[in-house]
Amino acid sequence: MTITAAQAMVNCLLEESVQVVFGLPGAAICPFYDALSRTGIRHILVRQEQNAAHAASGYARLTGRPAVCVATSGPGALNLITGIATAYMDSIPLVVITGQVESGLLGRDVFQEADITGSCEPFVKHSYLVKNAGELPRIFKEAFHIAGTGRQGPVLIDVPVDVQRTKIEFAYPEKVDIRSYRPSLQGHPGQIKRVLTALKNAQRPLICAGGGVFSAGAQEELRQLCRRAGLPVVTTLMGISAVSPMEPLNLGMIGMHGSPVANRAMNEADLLILIGARVGDRAIMSPMGLARNATIVHMDVDPAEIGKNMETHIPLVGDARLILSQLVEKLPDKPAPDWTAGLRQLHPHKPRTGEPDTVSPREVLNELCAQAEPDAVLVADVGQNQIWSARSFRLERGRFLTSGGMGTMGYAVPAAYGAKLAAPERQVIAVCGDGSFQMQMMELATIMANGIPVKIIVMNNMRLGMVRELQANHYAGNETAVSLEGNPDFVRLGEAYGIRCRRLSEGGEIAAAVRALLESPEPFLLECTVSAAEPTL
Amino acid sequence: MKHTISILVENHPGVLSRISGLFSRRGFNIDSLAVGVTDDPAVSRITILVEGNDATVEQVEKQLNKLIDVIRLRRLPAGSTTSRELMLIKVECTARTRSDIVDIVRVMDAKVCDISKSTMTIEISDVTERLLILQELLEPYHILEVVRTGTIALEKGGGALTV
Repeated sequence: MTITAAQAMVNCLLEESVQVVFGLPGAAICPFYDALSRTGIRHILVRQEQNAAHAASGYARLTGRPAVCVATSGPGALNLITGIATAYMDSIPLVVITGQVESGLLGRDVFQEADITGSCEPFVKHSYLVKNAGELPRIFKEAFHIAGTGRQGPVLIDVPVDVQRTKIEFAYPEKVDIRSYRPSLQGHPGQIKRVLTALKNAQRPLICAGGGVFSAGAQEELRQLCRRAGLPVVTTLMGISAVSPMEPLNLGMIGMHGSPVANRAMNEADLLILIGARVGDRAIMSPMGLARNATIVHMDVDPAEIGKNMETHIPLVGDARLILSQLVEKLPDKPAPDWTAGLRQLHPHKPRTGEPDTVSPREVLNELCAQAEPDAVLVADVGQNQIWSARSFRLERGRFLTSGGMGTMGYAVPAAYGAKLAAPERQVIAVCGDGSFQMQMMELATIMANGIPVKIIVMNNMRLGMVRELQANHYAGNETAVSLEGNPDFVRLGEAYGIRCRRLSEGGEIAAAVRALLESPEPFLLECTVSAAEPTL
Repeated sequence: MKHTISILVENHPGVLSRISGLFSRRGFNIDSLAVGVTDDPAVSRITILVEGNDATVEQVEKQLNKLIDVIRLRRLPAGSTTSRELMLIKVECTARTRSDIVDIVRVMDAKVCDISKSTMTIEISDVTERLLILQELLEPYHILEVVRTGTIALEKGGGALTV
């Protein structure tokens, strides 16, 4: 069958069962868009390309499969970079398609030319600059395979506009054969045996679950392991909701902004099993100290993570789901006594006394979790709102999404509507600050144009709150460039887009406001007036 | 400590920039890098000398292995490799100094590959230490230019790195 390469690209997406792509067109990607418009694939037109990558990220995290975003050459592609890097840091599978200038003009600095494969090199798992249209089917097949297997991540395909117009003979390859890419998934049996022995001998074993648990789809296996062996669990920011927050063995989030109980457990454990957690500096601040006190088991599908930031005693390279199910099989069904009981009585939570005409963000989020459906998706942006959300997250079968590694402000709204498109039956709520919301508020138009009923909470303290706090504590109170004077009236702004909005500044109205937000069949924006003095912890 | 890493890569455009980019952004120091095609035209072989302790070099190897274009790599065992580097040196000479320089060249198993009234270009292929000795010996005659290829190496005996 002879077709244009642009049609072939679309056929490749159909072969990969892609249903939605996020993007924004331009001259260099027009042949692809022309072909795309003639299929049943849904295109979501974003208002800035970065949001196409974030939306694809939210979509991919809910489906577990690579999601697709598209942009044109030059500035369109460059705008994607922050989104690509955000996905790379959190190991989210994306296939990113960019248009490129005519192949014969490459390197001559023509209009809207940017070396996007070169620019993205540090942030992609792999990239292709397609010079020969006939290679497109193989390249697409490889790209989806590479993005979605092993340690997942973004793969970029850059296609010059003349290549898209070339006629090719189309046949989608059935198999991928990349001799240099064969991730190992099965855990080494000898190492698994060593873990079982270590578990038998440990007095104070602890699991630390990271985002890799989701990448492997290992939530159920992890739950079984904890229950069977009576193993307490802590999570990283990326690992929140890998184990239900209602699970008594779940001690909460570790790290700089984590719960004291979880951090205390990390320090007291004599056996620490890291699962899909890469020992990031905000999660584990002194890895060397931990490795001195405990036997460290590190389970990761990426061998380079093992030993990168922390000395490891038992490395376990492979797929977390496969390895955990092997461990579960071999463990005696005899829960050990819970050694963390004593830790849990520490540090009772001290509620802050509020200022007039403000609400406590924690109370709003607690009410949100109380009222939301148990499988709702909470997407937190970055800043104080992220930590408030992370620490308040209590949804039994819910999902917590955020930009963990890169800490990219502007993630929540696009990721939330991406997630909602992937799981239309689930409630999806984005939580932002007033700073981060203004980095993504153009996406209100995308939500309305496509009728995607996501719910948005804006915690408005008129500040870049987390930076303000940092300056207050570490720069002798010299608060500079953190006041967001000039903020719009968010309620009227939302209404200008046709979105139902409400402002909440009375503690007594929290329950009613949250009910209005959740019960609305359409998108809804709830602006919460928050005191500038509200601390992160 | 210096380590020699031998890498077989797909002979694709952009491979070298992926590898050199990885070294610079992760803060690994390259002492020398040599690249050329192998007996299989689809495969190139890169030899990198890297300075660092065992943990650093292990991380270098793991990060290199993650690049899709890297087919296979191996850290060559120290003390059990044959290594060579090629150097060309252009040095000033006069009728009076020419025979002295030729003596040095002969003693060092080097070769005169170009000669003019006022210069000689000398070629040496040897281990890096001997290249440096030759360079030092020629220093007094005024070196005009030096070019080196970087070290290439193979494991001694039967051990072979193949795809």
